[in-house]
Amino acid sequence: MKKFSISSILSQLLLLFFVIIWIIPTFGLFISSLRDKDLLAISGWWTSLTTTEVNEIYRMSGMESQIEEDGYFKIKGKLFEDNSGKKIESFGITSKKINEFNIGDIAIFKDESEVLLDEDGNYEWRSKTEFKKKKGKRLFTTSLSPPAFTFENYREVLFKEGIGRAFINTMAVALPSTLIPLIICSFFAYSLTWMKFYGRDTLLAIIIASLVVPLQMSLIPILTIYNDFGALFGVAAKSYPGVWMAHTGFGLASTTFLLRNFLKSLPNEMMEAAKVDGASHYDIFLRIIIPLSIPAFASIFILQFLWCWNDLLVGLVFLDQVPSEIILTAKLKELLGSRGENWEILTTGAFVSMTVPLFIFFALQRYFIRGLVAGSVKG
Amino acid sequence: MTILNLVFIVFLGILFFITYFHISNYILDIYGNKTLKRYNFENSIRVIIFITPAFIVLFIFILYPVFETIRLSFYDKFGREFVGLYNYKWAINDPEFRRSILNNLVWLLVVPTLSTFFGLVIANLADRIWWGSIAKSIIFMPMAISFVGAGVIWKFIYEYRGPENTQIGLLNAIIVSLGYEPQAWLTIPMWNNFFLMAIMIWIQTGLALVIFSAALRSIPKEMLEAARIDGASELKIFFSIIIPYLEQTILVIWTLITIIVLRIFDIIFAMTNGEWQTGVLANLMYDWMFRGGGDSGRGSVLAIVIMIGVIPILAWNLYKHRQEQKI
Repeated sequence: MKKFSISSILSQLLLLFFVIIWIIPTFGLFISSLRDKDLLAISGWWTSLTTTEVNEIYRMSGMESQIEEDGYFKIKGKLFEDNSGKKIESFGITSKKINEFNIGDIAIFKDESEVLLDEDGNYEWRSKTEFKKKKGKRLFTTSLSPPAFTFENYREVLFKEGIGRAFINTMAVALPSTLIPLIICSFFAYSLTWMKFYGRDTLLAIIIASLVVPLQMSLIPILTIYNDFGALFGVAAKSYPGVWMAHTGFGLASTTFLLRNFLKSLPNEMMEAAKVDGASHYDIFLRIIIPLSIPAFASIFILQFLWCWNDLLVGLVFLDQVPSEIILTAKLKELLGSRGENWEILTTGAFVSMTVPLFIFFALQRYFIRGLVAGSVKG
Repeated sequence: MTILNLVFIVFLGILFFITYFHISNYILDIYGNKTLKRYNFENSIRVIIFITPAFIVLFIFILYPVFETIRLSFYDKFGREFVGLYNYKWAINDPEFRRSILNNLVWLLVVPTLSTFFGLVIANLADRIWWGSIAKSIIFMPMAISFVGAGVIWKFIYEYRGPENTQIGLLNAIIVSLGYEPQAWLTIPMWNNFFLMAIMIWIQTGLALVIFSAALRSIPKEMLEAARIDGASELKIFFSIIIPYLEQTILVIWTLITIIVLRIFDIIFAMTNGEWQTGVLANLMYDWMFRGGGDSGRGSVLAIVIMIGVIPILAWNLYKHRQEQKI
């Protein structure tokens, strides 16, 4: 083996290049979701990984908090909470010269009041005469901020922005939308593979054709059916069972196709032997097929579950966009419109929506890949 | 609807189907007589029990809608009056439609090709490097996340602030550090399409990658060894052995991604909503489903145009299926 040849090094570098390009977008999102929302709005996420210089503006307290001490009127306070690890380097009292003073200097305002500031943000503002203004003066600080991360965004997004409820809604859409097709398609695939009946080949051809039919072909007629159904029985046209059945319909062909491909590979002798022993098709299905199909079920479950979890169009068309029904992707899209500048909400919301897929991806990658390789073609 | 109610109906929904299959088969097992004469009869009933739910779903959600959509495309916006080819004529003369078709074609040309190409190259590189499987995992990961999630990720990268502000979007930060003006990437007509396509390529390369990785293992090691001993360079091996050997796989992946790209909706809907000339057919269709109270005629025409795109693939699949049946 030529281990250190130029071509080997080149291909390693090339692969590294691809890996970096591919991971940076997601990594940036993740880091951003953990950052303080004020910092997020004014600096790139890559700056948060190292100690950085930040310029900020604070306002000191007003006249209400003044005390009299040693012949001075004093206002004492803190510019920021001390848990952030931020250290002030220099400060200023006008927006023109924000680096005018160093820590330890005494800054004198036009009205002859003086201010002292330490690096942790504690200030003492004193004056010979009484303070008369309700609002305090502004201080401009330049400080070094170490990498600091917080879960504050997650708390905000989960409980205040409705992402938490959307998460539950998505689960309520995705779980039945995965299990129902799995149940009915396993029977369907079984009969297409192991039972003889008139029209079987035609049915199989229809399944193969349905694999690539884009779901756009079904949207308008199904929406009409749902509206008529809702009007006829006086129920809501858009409901959870409606979405489940829509997902079942759109996933039916691929689920059946994949399952049939798997079932076909099982030995015929096994079924024959069971039949001779007097087992009905249902017995064979329950006692032989299901236990043998667990790995295939796992692959198909993951594919369909991720499909439903990540879907936007079906959830948008067949569910009302209200808090009790909106799904994560639709919610994120809504936030992109209404809170387009609030990156802490968007990045955190996006990451919350990715938790389940990423968990499945890392925990069950083997089944996921097996399912994809088995030839998932989905309209 | 409270969360408790939600859990309850989810449970009920799943239980309904399990119960159907179990009870119906159980009844048949009790009343079905196992004598030879009645065995066939029992089997016919069993077939009906097994296929009915799936068939009903297939009929309501795929078969009927396909024909209904074709019918609706010849009717007015409420689907009541026959208008002949009016909707098709409208489409041909509609500038938005032309723009969407053009964009769709560019998408179809660029995304499957580049995704397949990158997938093939990366699969090849990763195959020969000890940390290749970690690299594959990372590049495959975007496959797991939603198009909308990917949209947020990339919107953050394309984020634009005025030249006087600090750029928080990565792309603009790089551009500025190189001394250029920051750009509002998603609003530059024509080029913005490519920025949207980059997202799709970022996602679909993973799909191509895993399928190629599996296929690469089927290439006989002896063949590659022989070529190396004869002094062929890696590049030569790639073009003269690997690509011809994987021809079938390349075709399969290319069609797979083509089908996905043909009905691309989420990315554009989330990122630009079709503005700045980025609209594609699926977005235009969604738009017409609700614009002005919804126009089922125009929406159906757009769906049919998307459908026409997959018909060659559909025909090819059926042809291959029939070949397999003969064997």
